[in-house]
Amino acid sequence: MPLESPPGDPWSKMMKTAIAGDEGVYRRLLEEIGRSVRAMARAAFARARLGDADVEDAVQETLLAIHLKRHTWDPSQKLAPWVNAVARHKIIDAMRRRGARRAENIDDFEDFLAAPAEEEPHALSDAKKLMETLNPRQRDIVQSISLDGQSIAATAARLSMTEVAVRVALHRALKSMGAAWRRSVS
Amino acid sequence: MRTSEFIAALAADPVPEPIHVGRRFAAALAVGLAGALALYALFVGPRPDFAEAVDTVRFALKFLDALALALPSLMLLVRLARPDAKPGALGLWLFAPLVLLAFAVSVELAVTPSGEWMKRLVGHNWMYCTTMIPIMAAPILAALIVAMRAGAPQHPAWTGALAGAAAAGIAAFLYASHCPDDSPLFVATWYPLATLVCAAVGALAGRRFLAW
Repeated sequence: MPLESPPGDPWSKMMKTAIAGDEGVYRRLLEEIGRSVRAMARAAFARARLGDADVEDAVQETLLAIHLKRHTWDPSQKLAPWVNAVARHKIIDAMRRRGARRAENIDDFEDFLAAPAEEEPHALSDAKKLMETLNPRQRDIVQSISLDGQSIAATAARLSMTEVAVRVALHRALKSMGAAWRRSVS
Repeated sequence: MRTSEFIAALAADPVPEPIHVGRRFAAALAVGLAGALALYALFVGPRPDFAEAVDTVRFALKFLDALALALPSLMLLVRLARPDAKPGALGLWLFAPLVLLAFAVSVELAVTPSGEWMKRLVGHNWMYCTTMIPIMAAPILAALIVAMRAGAPQHPAWTGALAGAAAAGIAAFLYASHCPDDSPLFVATWYPLATLVCAAVGALAGRRFLAW
């Protein structure tokens, strides 16, 4: 029995605020979605007897797809069903890549809306490997902003680039990570 | 990389220019149609007795059938750009051209002597029909696939096949004005074959270019 969406449908509002440019809200939204996707992926992986090792990859790949495809969400609809569709698509991909048969048997995302916060595993993730496919400048920028927690401004200053150039390079890097992830499927 | 670190990179990525899948579709359709019309003008053209043919039911039916394929498949295609889309009732409209053809064929069989059937089915132009429809559909299909790349379809191959069918419908509409064969027996045999060719190419293109 699927759970109801959180009362007041906070995610849809958060996504609208994020699309309007609020980075902090966007980060919180992705954290919350990530938590639910993690529970969903873990249940699906367990049912297919795949073990937990690669769950975090599926979570990160889903978050990247949500990020790159967020313009396909219709703001007049709730966000959760859209997230569910993206997460299913990506979790199925991730499971197939690991040789799961009958990968379609996945619980509805709405069952995991109230997933409890848990210790996030420190994964030796695909994302780290995929970064190696980027050109050195892109890799430097992604690493600086993610692993080193630097701001765009600080990264721009260190690399003597404009902030706009850093943002453009970051966007290209994320898109090409998405493409590299996809290539690893086929 | 921890997921929270990864999220930091996503959140730092600038808000993109809004992408309107619907508008991209309209633009793609315009570009593809221009390509198809250019091919039509260069290599196909209307048949000499176009003015007299317009008044016959069999001739008009070819256009109606092409539209019955093109319209629902284009509308469904726009919808399938969203990952959470469901085909719904629109999916059933895809059967409309088949129902129409089946009806037209049964009437044709009733009103023509059986000795005529095979002659009408083979017609004059089947080879040209099954080549020119896919050729004129090609620019439309290419433009639709490019537009669809902004979307996130659940089933890339099926979505590509649908784009192929839509392109075939539009190309068939153009081709119908050229072809001297008007019998539903001809139309129900060769037009669907041309459509299948386009859908198969579309499915391959979809698998290759619409995966996300």
